[in-house]
Amino acid sequence: MSKKMKVRNLSKTTKSNLITYGMVIVAYIIVEIFLRAGMVSSLIEGLLVPLCVYVILAVSLNLTVGISGELSLGHAGFMCVGAFAGATFSKCLENVITFGILRFTLAIIVGTLCAALFGILVGIPVLRLKGDYLAIVTLAFGEIIKNVVNVIYLGRDSRGFHISIKDTISLGLEDDGEVIIKGAQGITGTPNDSTFLWGIILILITLFIVINLINSRTGRAIMSIRDNRIAAESIGISVTKYKLLAFSVSAALAGTAGVLYAHNLATLTALPKNFGYNMSITILVFVVLGGIGNIRGSVIAAVVLTLLPELLRALNDYRMLIYAVILIATMIFTSSPGGQAIQERIKLFFERRKTKEA
Amino acid sequence: MALLEVKNLGISFGGLRAVDDFNLTIEQGELYGLIGPNGAGKTTIFNLLTGVYKPTDGYIMLDGENITGKKTIEINRHGVARTFQNIRLFNELTVLDNVKAGLHNHHPYSTLTGILRLPKYYRVEKEMNERAMELLKVFGLEQEADYKASNLPYGQQRKLEIARALATDPKLLLLDEPAAGMNPNETQELMKTIRFVRDEFHMTILLIEHDMKLVSGICERLTVLNFGQVLAEGETTEVLNDPKVIAAYLGE
Repeated sequence: MSKKMKVRNLSKTTKSNLITYGMVIVAYIIVEIFLRAGMVSSLIEGLLVPLCVYVILAVSLNLTVGISGELSLGHAGFMCVGAFAGATFSKCLENVITFGILRFTLAIIVGTLCAALFGILVGIPVLRLKGDYLAIVTLAFGEIIKNVVNVIYLGRDSRGFHISIKDTISLGLEDDGEVIIKGAQGITGTPNDSTFLWGIILILITLFIVINLINSRTGRAIMSIRDNRIAAESIGISVTKYKLLAFSVSAALAGTAGVLYAHNLATLTALPKNFGYNMSITILVFVVLGGIGNIRGSVIAAVVLTLLPELLRALNDYRMLIYAVILIATMIFTSSPGGQAIQERIKLFFERRKTKEA
Repeated sequence: MALLEVKNLGISFGGLRAVDDFNLTIEQGELYGLIGPNGAGKTTIFNLLTGVYKPTDGYIMLDGENITGKKTIEINRHGVARTFQNIRLFNELTVLDNVKAGLHNHHPYSTLTGILRLPKYYRVEKEMNERAMELLKVFGLEQEADYKASNLPYGQQRKLEIARALATDPKLLLLDEPAAGMNPNETQELMKTIRFVRDEFHMTILLIEHDMKLVSGICERLTVLNFGQVLAEGETTEVLNDPKVIAAYLGE
């Protein structure tokens, strides 16, 4: 009896994971059909790659926030590392490797590994902290990464690479030289390798890595530390090792998203908008609204919350009005006695259903 | 040779001497009790034995190896497992996964094997499932394997904690107030389980307990602690009839 239960449960998680993969593939097919039929506005079409970027970021951040239980506010920083590492790589080898797919694959690997390295470097000091303190320090690291990238000048000529943190002139390039990273002006002319198909493939790879990681010995160790650190130590699970592992895998995948992001733009600059605090918060909102620890939820939330503002653009004038009404309604619903009574009733209803199912 | 030998163990927190000159010898297969009034330092001794605190003086020998001042995870690998006074389960994990977490170091495979789902992953996970179900069966929890740990009733949570500790295949099992919050029936059942664990796994068990029925029922020897110092030690019946112990702890 118990064995049967276990088998059913196992297939239940597998089934749920297959639904997640299936959802992404079906979404791809539908969008592709609409694209072929020319039924997608250029606005939405331009949004497809960023959408994939957001999904990857949300899924990877869920590994840190939901599975490892650490509130990280510096996720955009790792994305920034991946974006610049990948773009630099592509720009340097643009004329060496003309085969786009190979070059982009290598760029993704380079970007991912660089972000993983930064994940480890940042993780070692940061993961000694807990809760709010960890959130504050990751936030700081995210900003530091962005600001450091903003002052880097990187050039290349026949003598090799030159780096400076002052200006292009101090690079001392020869006549044949070329500036790759131009400080705050970033990288211009990265090959436009990102496509919607690439985005979908990378989403599937990210899902594969994260879902399999969670449902393995390593994932169990990470979640046991999240649930009770002292008990995890008492049964011989190394807290430092698994926390760092989760953090750096999460950072690495953010790097992957960064590479995808960078190869979708003509000019890559590190602005507060794309790699700053705002971006980190946006990703966190995807994770929280999708459900902390819920991978499929992250995917859905990222898609819905990116598309919704675009689709509701017609209501732009009323946005603040609707926002205020929702806010007031929420306050009334959560804190007034009447609202609480309704909540209780809803809760009871669901509980009854759950017990019936069981 | 004794399985556990503790000599002159002591720890100070600033000016407070929480445990002083503590000696303890437990033989293989023994069921040993550690009792005393609240704040006597019993849990502190558990924390010293499991490496949560580093002792200021003295040493701890386990099965001939010096484990003094080692880290918690190393001490667990040497063969000490414990439960906690306030239950510490992995609440969001299933009952089965709680035990499987305990098997972590005994059925290893790499993270990459797990992500890529290599054949070894399936083989080792199957071993883990079987072993974990065996352990759950011992505690009558096999029907609840898929429940979230936090959804278990209190008594079963205590049992699950013991099952998880046993999953690490320890030589010495430390139980911190296993009967706390249990009703008399549950305590009776727990006593049976503890005795069963000792006989079935040939386990050496050291337990802290306030329930004198449980202590006198299953412990073979006792140490009584008071203000961080040993007040009495020896055979259970002798110790419980010791006038000093009655005055300090049991009451007339």
